[in-house]
Amino acid sequence: MPTFEVEGKKYDVDEDGFLQEPDLWTEDVAKDFAKSESIDALTDGHWKVINYIRNYYLQFGIAPMVRKVCKETGYKLSEIYQLFPSGPAKGACKLAGLPKPTGCV
Amino acid sequence: MADADEGVKPANGKPETKLLDELEKGPWPSFVTEIKSAQGVTGGAEDLLGQLELSYEDKVSHWKHGGLVGVLGYGGGVIGRYSDVGEQFPKVAHFHTLRVNQPAGWFYTSEALRTISDIWERHGSGLTNMHGSTGDMILLGTTTDHLEATFQELTHAGFDLGGSGSAVRTPSCCVGMARCEWACFDAMKLCYDLTMAYQDELHRPALPYKFKIKCSACPNDCVAAIARADLSVIGTWKDDIRIDQAEVANYATAGVDIQKDICANCPTRCMDWNGKELNIKNRDCVRCMHCINAMPKALRPGVEKGAVILIGAKAPILQGALLSSVLIPFVAADELLDTLKELIQRIWDFWDEYGTNRERIGELIQRVGLAAFLDGIGLDPAPEMVSAPRDNPYIYYQPAKEDEA
Ligand code: SF4
Ligand code: SF4
Repeated sequence: MPTFEVEGKKYDVDEDGFLQEPDLWTEDVAKDFAKSESIDALTDGHWKVINYIRNYYLQFGIAPMVRKVCKETGYKLSEIYQLFPSGPAKGACKLAGLPKPTGCV
Repeated sequence: MADADEGVKPANGKPETKLLDELEKGPWPSFVTEIKSAQGVTGGAEDLLGQLELSYEDKVSHWKHGGLVGVLGYGGGVIGRYSDVGEQFPKVAHFHTLRVNQPAGWFYTSEALRTISDIWERHGSGLTNMHGSTGDMILLGTTTDHLEATFQELTHAGFDLGGSGSAVRTPSCCVGMARCEWACFDAMKLCYDLTMAYQDELHRPALPYKFKIKCSACPNDCVAAIARADLSVIGTWKDDIRIDQAEVANYATAGVDIQKDICANCPTRCMDWNGKELNIKNRDCVRCMHCINAMPKALRPGVEKGAVILIGAKAPILQGALLSSVLIPFVAADELLDTLKELIQRIWDFWDEYGTNRERIGELIQRVGLAAFLDGIGLDPAPEMVSAPRDNPYIYYQPAKEDEA
């Protein structure tokens, strides 16, 4: 199983770098994963998106549709891509500790 | 290995392909033969054949389910793929696919093709699929760390990635006016204009599911838009088929049995040949193209040209296959782009509001009914939308809303 290492910490991840055990997520995970997604530092904007996705996942067990993310966070799609350059699915969901989305986001 | 010459033997030798060899027999083209011809270039072909042979032996796919990789700024264009026997076949352990937006009508210079092949031999397996069913060039097989570099070199050479996932898929079109006298609108220009208009929707998936647009410039429909596109634009004409009676007579003299081969094969029997003159009852012509295809010198589409817009085709996934059905019976050629943009926006708004996750537009229309869909996008029903009259008189007939009120 691949691992992702940062500052001495090790995470079990899948081939695409998604956390293997979504239950092990903490805010530190998001911070640690940020660098691997070309994000220098997490701002309030990032957290707004991450927290929304995380809470949606905890409630419904899946990732929200992109449209919903935009609507609920008030960000346009282009702004989401500015926050997460690799996009809502690969970037935001990974930082929110979701298992790899299969085509939802 | 861009500089590998033909005939260089791969280090690990050629794989055993006893089962795959069966697929090379017979008169048909064979993908096995094609992949074999790419052996000795990057090693990708060898391991791909090896893994496929193993799949045929084991009767299971050795690709793992799904993968999520991409390039910065885009949410699509790359399809992640991993092997579950990567240790045995290291060159295909990571084997991501890139979709590259094809030029309208698939016209390339030899230099463009060489450039792409060179880039792909440097960064990927060298294997391509020209073209995938959406129309894109498909570059098969690379690893995550090569994605950004490939993307950069491609954009530098003037190419861009295509669509994947729940996005506008790369629009495609027939060769249209570039080669074809039957083209009723400029399909290549329309395809290009639509591609440019929907760059955001193409690269950053945000629709309920995929949305394919295909344009064929006449009813021959060479890109099979009616069967494969959520939104099909198919060229047609409004006035009469142009007839050159002298040329009809020439065909007759040359041995064409006009009555049997042309008139009797017209699906609506709207043609009449009296031995001297061909008459067409144009109001009954369904623009099937049969007569025009059979006598191209004598018959041509009319002069009032444009396209019919259809909606809803898809291949079977959750539900069965659907063909597109008519949405707008005729739009003049010069109004096509504006009409389409307006229409597409209304369709997306409706789809956004009522579509469930991963529901194609055609499935949504089936679920809510055509009447509700037309109402939602603000179009009036038209007789052309009915592909065939009701043949079962025992179906309960729902009166129109106005009658109820
Ligand atoms: S669809 Fe019609 S116009 Fe386009 S290439 Fe085919 S025959 Fe020609
Ligand atoms: S195009 Fe087809 S329907 Fe129309 S006249 Fe010719 S054969 Fe008949």
